Formats: sequence, structure tokens, C-alpha cells
Amino acid sequence: MHELSIIQSVVDTVRDSAQENGIKRVNKVKLVIGKLTMALPDSLQFAFEAVIVDEMFKNAVLEIEEKDITCECRSCRHRFAVDDSYRFICPNCGHDRVDIIGGRELYIDYFEGDEDTNGTS
Amino acid sequence: MVQVNMQSHILGANELLARKNRSLFGGNKVLALNLMSSPGSGKTTILERTIETLGDKIKIGVIEGDLYTDQDAQRIEKKGVKVVQINTEGTCHLDAGMVGKAYDTMAAVHLDLVFIENVGNLVCPAEFDLGEDFRVVVISITEGNDKVLKYPLIFREAKVVLVNKIDLLDYTDFSMDRFMHDLQQVNPSAQVFKVSGRTGEGINNWSQFLLREVRDKQSNLS
Repeated sequence: MHELSIIQSVVDTVRDSAQENGIKRVNKVKLVIGKLTMALPDSLQFAFEAVIVDEMFKNAVLEIEEKDITCECRSCRHRFAVDDSYRFICPNCGHDRVDIIGGRELYIDYFEGDEDTNGTS
Repeated sequence: MVQVNMQSHILGANELLARKNRSLFGGNKVLALNLMSSPGSGKTTILERTIETLGDKIKIGVIEGDLYTDQDAQRIEKKGVKVVQINTEGTCHLDAGMVGKAYDTMAAVHLDLVFIENVGNLVCPAEFDLGEDFRVVVISITEGNDKVLKYPLIFREAKVVLVNKIDLLDYTDFSMDRFMHDLQQVNPSAQVFKVSGRTGEGINNWSQFLLREVRDKQSNLS
């Protein structure tokens, strides 16, 4: 259940940034999560609901964009997607030294909010 | 309505602390290993055997991660090495901050090798860099040979995979061929040692490998 640690960190970061930007109410938080992190969207949503107890996040929704696992071959530079068979071997030249270039994302893309608590700004 | 673009890594705070740990380990010329596995795979028993094999050759310290108890730390302490316990109080993984604090309390003594025994879990610990030199994953025969594809990240990130309880191979349906095939797909460069914490089989090979890694780090930094 590292989802709870992840969400706690997200909410803390967004709260700090909202305060810095004079935002009183957060409406939406957008995360980008790579499939290799094994952070489950449902668990993230559940953790989000559990963590947002304060007024600032009262009506906030969490949007999650999942990213597929992609690799680049160090030998032939071929780029390829890795599916559930987790084959980290270049399908083009068979080389086994590949770099993961997608699928490990774990970041806050943006958040949206209002500068006053009435949501009219 | 205001939109604030962040592009901010969620575990950024951990990454910073991990970098700090890494430079501390480098400055002190100590090899730090992050030991990860499911609960009950035999991490602590392997540590006991490894300390018995290497304890008179190098100085070893152990950072013990556990949810609530200090049972593992007590076992390790009996082997006469420096142990620091971290109780995560329910958190399913160690993070770089916890490890940094634990290491601070043992850094006064010169050490060659620090084992960080993570909380038993194949999912969450994989995401948290502790500043270690490399990662070691223990998988035991009794867990079944399907673990690599179920938990690809932790196996992908490991430099070493210890296949433990090898003495039980004949009593289970564990397919070594299947396991090695899957590991070859997920992490072709992983170094595999087949060991038994109970009988001591393979512990010597693993220990000799560790000794070389310790010496390599020390000579690279001197």
C-alpha cells in the first residue's frame, strides 16, 4: 500500500503550492503514473478520499493518467512497448541492454483551484 | 479558476535524501545494500549466515526494517555486528529519510558493508531509492516460480537475485527453468546465487561476491 505514501506526498505538495499561489480551494489534481510503478489507480483514488479531510480539498477530484512501459534499445535505438509479459529485450535486434524510457512516471502534472472559497474567480 | 503546472516528482523528497545517503556511503567507503523480499523468504537467516562467513574479514553493520518488532534485530545482534532497528509503524517500506537517520547512529564506527534489510514486501520498497549501491532481491523456492512476472519492477532493479531454500527444490513444484527464463526477460544482467540459509549451501559463493564488491568500491574510491 505505497499508494497512501504517494497520495500523502501529493496532497502535501499541492497544499504547499496552493498556499504559495494564493489558492484557497483545490478542484482537481492530475497525476501521471507509469504502469511499472505498480501504483494502482483504484488504491490511489481510495487513499485520496481518505487523506483530503480539510476545507481546501473539500470538492477536489483526482485524475490519473496511466503511462505504458516503453523501452529504447541501447544497440539499435529501436523503441518498443513492453506488455504484461515484461520482456525487456529488443524485438528488433535481440539485444538485452535496454533503457526504460516510459512507465516509471510518478509525478503531479498540475492542479486546478480557485483563489477564493466561493469558486467564482 | 487557476491551473498550476507542477511536473513535480511525487517522491522527489525521497530522491534528495537518497542522494545524500549515497554520498555519505561513498565518503565513508562503505558498500550499502538494499535487501528486499516477501515476508518469510529468509532474508534474516541469509544475513546471519553471511555474517558468520564474512564477520572476521570485514566490518558489517545492519539496518533492520520491520513494521513493529525488533525480533530480527535481536537475531542479528547475537552475531556480534552493529544493528540499528527501524520500526516503520505500519508503513510497508523503508524510505531514504529513515535510513539516513539510522545510519547516522552507526556511522561513527568504521564499516565496510551495511545491509539494509527492507520491510518484507515485493511491491512498495521497489519505488524507494535508499541511496544504496545496489539492490538484492531474495526469492524462496516455496513462494513459487511466478514471482518475477508478478513483481517485475523489483526484479528489474536488482543487481543480485538470491534464490533461497534451494534445499527444498525437490519437494515443491518450483520450476527453475521457468524462473530463470522469466528473469532473463525482465533483467538479463541480474546475477543469480542459489542458496540455502538453512544448510548454508551457496552462502560461500555469495559471500565471496560481496567481498569483491566491498574491495572494488574501496579501491575505486581511494
